[in-house]
Amino acid sequence: MSTAFSAVFWHNSPLIFQGSNSPLTTHTFLKVESLAYERNDAVVFQPVDFALKAGEALQLMGVNGSGKTTLFQLLTGIYTPSCGSISYCGQLVNNCRYEYLSDVLYIGHQSGVKAALTAEENLRWMSPKNTTSEKISAALGAVGLGEYSQIICANLSAGQKRRVALARLMTGQAKLWFLDEPLTSLDKQGVELIEHCMNQHLDQGGAILFSSHQDLAQVKTRNYRLEPFEEVA
Amino acid sequence: MANNLSGGFKAFLYRDLLLAIRDRGDLSKPLMFFLLVAVMVPLAIAPEANKLSAIAPGLIWILALLATLLSIERLFSEDYADGSLEQLLISPNMLMMPILGKITAHWLVIGLPLTLLSPVIAIWFSLPISAMVPMMLSLALGTAVLSLVGAVGAALTLPRQGGVLLALLVMPLYMPVLIFGSATIQSAVDGLNWLAPLAMLAAFLAIATVLCPLAISAGLRIAKNG
Repeated sequence: MSTAFSAVFWHNSPLIFQGSNSPLTTHTFLKVESLAYERNDAVVFQPVDFALKAGEALQLMGVNGSGKTTLFQLLTGIYTPSCGSISYCGQLVNNCRYEYLSDVLYIGHQSGVKAALTAEENLRWMSPKNTTSEKISAALGAVGLGEYSQIICANLSAGQKRRVALARLMTGQAKLWFLDEPLTSLDKQGVELIEHCMNQHLDQGGAILFSSHQDLAQVKTRNYRLEPFEEVA
Repeated sequence: MANNLSGGFKAFLYRDLLLAIRDRGDLSKPLMFFLLVAVMVPLAIAPEANKLSAIAPGLIWILALLATLLSIERLFSEDYADGSLEQLLISPNMLMMPILGKITAHWLVIGLPLTLLSPVIAIWFSLPISAMVPMMLSLALGTAVLSLVGAVGAALTLPRQGGVLLALLVMPLYMPVLIFGSATIQSAVDGLNWLAPLAMLAAFLAIATVLCPLAISAGLRIAKNG
């Protein structure tokens, strides 16, 4: 398959991010150029242009229904853009799909937490294969679910389920975080915890794109506003 | 960076088996259907050995087919609803192995128990003992084909949960399995060579194992890209 070939082909490419000590740290991770998406013959938002550098957090703003989630789906390749381009470390993502997606951690509205599995099983399932059990229990402890790790997620509250999904931020190794409304149903401590995680990630040379209706107090962010599409006469 | 999420066959096989064990009530529905109908038929028709053994090969296969069809529609709908399908689609690896893992889990939960239960029904229907082994072999191979083909329908009918549309989509593809499956048992009952129809089922399984995951991954992408 083409992905397998490109994986072999691009693996030694010098353009691929090598780690936080590499001189490429300040390289633009993600570059989005005049990205647009058409659904049911209507363009969802004004074409999107932005760049995301290492160590940078970008907050997506926009009214309900302005297409924030759609943009995340475009960036993760679930939807195919109608026009425009997405490049990762200077390569079009279609040419380095394997590397790009290996470096992406996406937590959407539906976070993939299985109600019938325990918090620990869910996190193990969603974490990289070589994650140790210590790391998993440490992550669950850090999100305040240490005592609940053996409880089936159907019996947890909405905020606790959200915390299970967000514990992935601590076990994952991805450089690029896409977080769609990460603060939904979290309490005050939960928000502070996420801010702490985000700051740590940024210090390590990662980059974050997130959507939220509230501003983060602790994290330095840039804003990008999604505007509804207006036809140019 | 192999992610557990995209890790593949074993990870999905293990997870789906675990989910099936946690949700035993749902798991037992198709099996109960299989058993209940099989128990009712002799009571409703006639408890005569020669009549029953005449209809048994076809009936066992019809029941196996419907039991699989009943259970297959939920194969992807839960993953779709809770977001794990989305996570599967954005994994850097190919979708084939996770999909095969899910289908294998489905077969282990539905097809294999049906196969293991079938001797009970065979005795109930007065099938000769010599037909047992061919029947079990045909069910083991055939239900695997049913799971694979049914999964294509389940992927194509997302985000809705299959229903009538799913049945209409996969029924034509189920027909060859039904014909050669019941032919295997019938040949064994008649003392003919039952290896020929069984070989056809094995051939179907080989083809389906290769082609169905391709169709399913395309179907899942379309379902999300709608």
